[in-house]
Amino acid sequence: MNSAAHLAWFARHEIRLAWREWLAMMTGGRRRRNRAVIGLVIFAVVLHLPAYAVIGRFAGLQFPLDPSSLLVLSATIFLSWALLLSQAIESVTRVFYARADLDLIMSSPVQLTNIFSIRIAAIALTVTCMALLFSAPFIDVLAFLGGAHWLAGFGLVIALGLSAAAAAITVTVWLFRLIGPSRTRLVAQIVSAVIGAGFVIALQVVAVLSYGTLSRFAVLTTDTAARIAPDPDSFVWWPARAALGNLDIMMLLIAAALVLLGLVMAVFAPRFADTVVSVAANPAVAARGRSRAFRGGSRPQALRWKEFLLLRRDPWLLSQSLMQMLYLVPPALMLWRSFSDSSTAIVLITPVVVMAAGQLAGGLAWLTISGEDAADLVATAPLPPSRVIRAKIEVVLIAITVIFAPMIAALAFASPVQAAVTAIAVMVVTTSAAAIQLWFRAQARRSQFRRRQTSSRIATFAEAFCSIGWAATAALALTIPIAAAVSGILTLMVLVAAWKISPRRG
Amino acid sequence: MTSEPSALAVRGLTKRFDRPAVDALDLTVRIGEFYALLGPNGAGKTTTLRMVAGLLKPDAGSVSILGIDALDDPVAAKQITAWVSDEPMIYDKLTPLEYLEFVAGLWGVDPSQSEMTARDLLVSLGLERHLNERCEGFSKGMRQKVALAGALVHDPRLIILDEPLTGLDALSARHVKGLLQERVRAGCTVIMTTHILEVAERMADRIGVIAAGRLIAEGTLAELRQQNGRNDTSLEDMFIALVDTEAAAA
Repeated sequence: MNSAAHLAWFARHEIRLAWREWLAMMTGGRRRRNRAVIGLVIFAVVLHLPAYAVIGRFAGLQFPLDPSSLLVLSATIFLSWALLLSQAIESVTRVFYARADLDLIMSSPVQLTNIFSIRIAAIALTVTCMALLFSAPFIDVLAFLGGAHWLAGFGLVIALGLSAAAAAITVTVWLFRLIGPSRTRLVAQIVSAVIGAGFVIALQVVAVLSYGTLSRFAVLTTDTAARIAPDPDSFVWWPARAALGNLDIMMLLIAAALVLLGLVMAVFAPRFADTVVSVAANPAVAARGRSRAFRGGSRPQALRWKEFLLLRRDPWLLSQSLMQMLYLVPPALMLWRSFSDSSTAIVLITPVVVMAAGQLAGGLAWLTISGEDAADLVATAPLPPSRVIRAKIEVVLIAITVIFAPMIAALAFASPVQAAVTAIAVMVVTTSAAAIQLWFRAQARRSQFRRRQTSSRIATFAEAFCSIGWAATAALALTIPIAAAVSGILTLMVLVAAWKISPRRG
Repeated sequence: MTSEPSALAVRGLTKRFDRPAVDALDLTVRIGEFYALLGPNGAGKTTTLRMVAGLLKPDAGSVSILGIDALDDPVAAKQITAWVSDEPMIYDKLTPLEYLEFVAGLWGVDPSQSEMTARDLLVSLGLERHLNERCEGFSKGMRQKVALAGALVHDPRLIILDEPLTGLDALSARHVKGLLQERVRAGCTVIMTTHILEVAERMADRIGVIAAGRLIAEGTLAELRQQNGRNDTSLEDMFIALVDTEAAAA
């Protein structure tokens, strides 16, 4: 096989691996390719409805736009890029550390620079394809309602995907150089988690501090923002103009992204091998625990102690919790502001807190109930399974209480009734999340946390609908109590339906 | 006069997956015995032991551990049993001492006693330099030793091990074998599956050979040789002959 044929063969291999990995994520590791594809097509079709609801009214936009609209559009594009960057950092980190085939590749008689260039290209391709997949319903809706010029959005998405992949590789390699391979994995995970949410949260924080609202677009649509916005011809607006159908700019952005990716490949592909070798040569520094006397206590106490210790030492959870905590910053600021004025907007805090609690409880419940690394040990321990489960659920409830109690206590000073409603809703949403995890539990290793949402689609949707449902119920309980009853009943019905179709019913 | 119960009495144990994995198996292991369960891949050894340990529910049959009906009173049976699988399942984020503390807590062992036992066990397995190091960087052999120490920390009367020597270097394997023999001398019963026939030959008081979910031969090494009709045969030759005969009959 000549060199070009070799590379083409390796590129095919990379694409096949990426496809299978993606398929495994979509099907939870089960071999249901046809069902996954059909499900995906249905999902993509259904996604056009929320896309229409969210973006349909903007289909008439044409360049030139007013500064506020340009700002909102550009911020949305930047947010999408940040999310792609977050996804790309995750992919790059996985390539470095999930070394199932790296030993084989590096011991084979091939030019490593070429091989790693293809691997970098494969990352870029995967990120771009995912971006195209999720943006397609939005662009379709805009093109259908506003004209074919919106199809240029696909070109913009390609440019965003390629540039995000290039930036992700740069960030990850830079982290390697800066903090070493043993810490990069954890830091990259946290960076990737924070980047995705950071931009929106920053906008919300500024909005809360300046205008007393949680709206992320409030800052962008103010006169001040419009005044300081650059001139309409500025290159800052190029992505927005490309999205609006300027083909020249779109081609320019794609070309720039390709050049950037090419540069990254040229600079980093030769160093990829060194980086991989340094990961292998510098295994994580063995963290040491404190030596102390064994503690006494009951068997469930031993279980709870173990769960808390593992949660505390779990980098995945650390980054996930950080995300949840970040989402709580804007409502916390809002609460702080409400002490000085009697704004009714404080009611918004309740659904945000309940949603955050629901999401965090879902993750915690998966880690404690399904993510058991020593499942055999716990199963052969002399205590009934019901006590094991009870201890694990208690851990979730205690953790959520510890995290959310300070905020609810602060809320009690501003509005005792709202604090009571929020506290009840947090407990209900936590119990719901734990119950769903219990009904749909599938034993897995904690390291598979990233894939927890693909192991059962029904559980994922039930968890999300319950979080939204209980958040809405709590907010409505404070404003329109009758509507809260309806919302509560609907959410209960979701929960009952999940139980009815769960494999562990009874 | 009531006879002393067996360490393990299995009667008519049956488990089907897509085909019968364990087929009406009868097995008796005496107290204080080192029993090696041999068999080719897929013979039903692990399934049998998982049912005994309470990890799998049998389709039919009974399991009695030191006179306790393990299906009727699993908690009491588990209190005196330890299970070590071939794939060491420990927590990466705990240190060996923390892991043993957790296991001792689960079995309700007095902490003042379990702490000393834990340290002794880990030291005897050559892990003294790693007592307070998290297990995430441990090799498979080290993890296996931690798992084994965990199984012994609550002083079980029946120890069930599924391929415990897989992945261990010669020195570690010797440590483990020494520890198990020490336990047997102290009156504990050990049931172990292994593909290393030399280990079974040297260590086991009795050997059972299982194929297609059924016990096809059982006895001391001498008894097995007698059954085979050749006194100079190695266990390996006997094992292959038995399995081949069984496969031909099937």
